Amino acid sequence: MSGGPKLNVRVAEVVKVNDLITRFRFVARDGGLLPAFSGGAHTVVEMDDNGTRRLNPYSLMSDPEDRTGYEISVRRDDAGRGGSLYMHRHVRPGMDMVLSHPVNLFPLDNRARKHLFIAGGIGITPFLAMTRQLARFGGRFELHYATRNPALCAYGDSLKAAHGDRVHLYFDEQGDTLPLADLLSRQPLGTHLYCCGPKGMLNWVRSAAATAGWATHAVHFEEFTAPATGAPFAVTLERSGKTLTVGSTQSLLEAMEAAGVDAPYLCRGGACGQCETDVVRCDGRIDHRDHWLTPEDMATNTKIMPCVSRFEGRTLVIDR
Amino acid sequence: MTKTEFPPSIRSRPVYGELEPRAGIFHLIVADGEGADAVIALFAKAADAASMLAKSHILYTAGPNGTDEWDRIAALGAAQAQKAASVPTLLFRLARVLQDVQMGTQIYLTGTEGLMGQAERDIMALGFPHSDIQKEHRGSTVRRVQCVHCKGVTENVRTDPFQCSHCGLHLFVRDHYSRRLAAFQGVNIDAEDRGQVPPPVERFR
Ligand code: FES
Repeated sequence: MSGGPKLNVRVAEVVKVNDLITRFRFVARDGGLLPAFSGGAHTVVEMDDNGTRRLNPYSLMSDPEDRTGYEISVRRDDAGRGGSLYMHRHVRPGMDMVLSHPVNLFPLDNRARKHLFIAGGIGITPFLAMTRQLARFGGRFELHYATRNPALCAYGDSLKAAHGDRVHLYFDEQGDTLPLADLLSRQPLGTHLYCCGPKGMLNWVRSAAATAGWATHAVHFEEFTAPATGAPFAVTLERSGKTLTVGSTQSLLEAMEAAGVDAPYLCRGGACGQCETDVVRCDGRIDHRDHWLTPEDMATNTKIMPCVSRFEGRTLVIDR
Repeated sequence: MTKTEFPPSIRSRPVYGELEPRAGIFHLIVADGEGADAVIALFAKAADAASMLAKSHILYTAGPNGTDEWDRIAALGAAQAQKAASVPTLLFRLARVLQDVQMGTQIYLTGTEGLMGQAERDIMALGFPHSDIQKEHRGSTVRRVQCVHCKGVTENVRTDPFQCSHCGLHLFVRDHYSRRLAAFQGVNIDAEDRGQVPPPVERFR
């Protein structure tokens, strides 16, 4: 089955963290232990939103040593496709849900002499698991976490309490900027950098690290992004002999699934490469939104990542 | 020309490129023997050689074939340049230098495989990605080989087969390379027919 075996869980806890963020804890329905994961891993949460099936990836934030449950934090996105609103409005303790096995596309490089974490907003979640993992194994780290203001700084206090001056908080509204260039210039050789946050922050960190001469393979980004909305478009699946319309709040992958086509996936966020599909014919423009395809593949429109990418134009035929 | 073209081989066999200046807060350069030529070529390619030299530290030692171009390295005028008496003493000094350098440093290794491999091993051990270390081969092709039987390493191997300097077995020199050990692997050549050792051929010089 696409996406691999599933985990049958029950919602154990729903906790409002602040105005935008809610935390969910899932436990195994059979009362047993859940599969082990490592800091940086995510799970894909299946939702049945009034007949629309949604599968959204969320970073696991709980202690990787705690196999009695998984925790995620979801930021409400009022302009999103509806997954986060569903989680906030409909998910209640006691509800049965289905999760994917954990997948880690943002792991710690344990060869590093030191780990430097840079988080923006809800991008803090993978670092909650990573810092717990490192605290347990004695790894050296520093966390720099930027949010709009103290009220939106989810888990800032508990991180401070657990890790003291290894944690640095910055509040944009107080004119407090993360001293990125300075930080990058004083890390011992063998430090690895990890960044998770909004797109603007990822780009900022990417270019600052390049300017500072950082080793490319020592810089890691949590790239997966929820599929964005867009204009509806038609697509023909050559092998299945079907033509479908992808709705504006639906991804191409979701449209194929809704039509009963078994398409491969893993991260559903354009990062893992699992859903890569050959394009048979393309008269128009593919809006490539993944972090997987090479610039050449994108430019020639010979491949598409159905979990995030969209299409604009007359004809799109894919090999599925 | 001191460059060597290695024939295509198995994937495990390291391949080398050409040193290119890259932007960085510091430049750490490790070379032996004819590697001096690559170091000089590196600075010749720099857009602003003077400012690159002002941020460079060069560690140099003579090659296993006796080539010693220290005078040319010293004449470059890098912020720091040190000549070591041997590869082991160079590595000792490198370990100290690595304690102080920061991320943003560019690392360049050039010369023989034994020197480059051991410097790479020590830099990698700190967590720096090996794929971000630039390497250019120059000069001697003698090999550093580990006997897979007794685990002893023999330096500057010239012939294939050769006799392990630790356990005395006759070893066939493979292209199979270990980055962690910074050594090629040597496997007993007469394990099945004791005493049937082909005459050694000088393959590395
Ligand atoms: S499912 Fe991972 S890239 Fe599409």
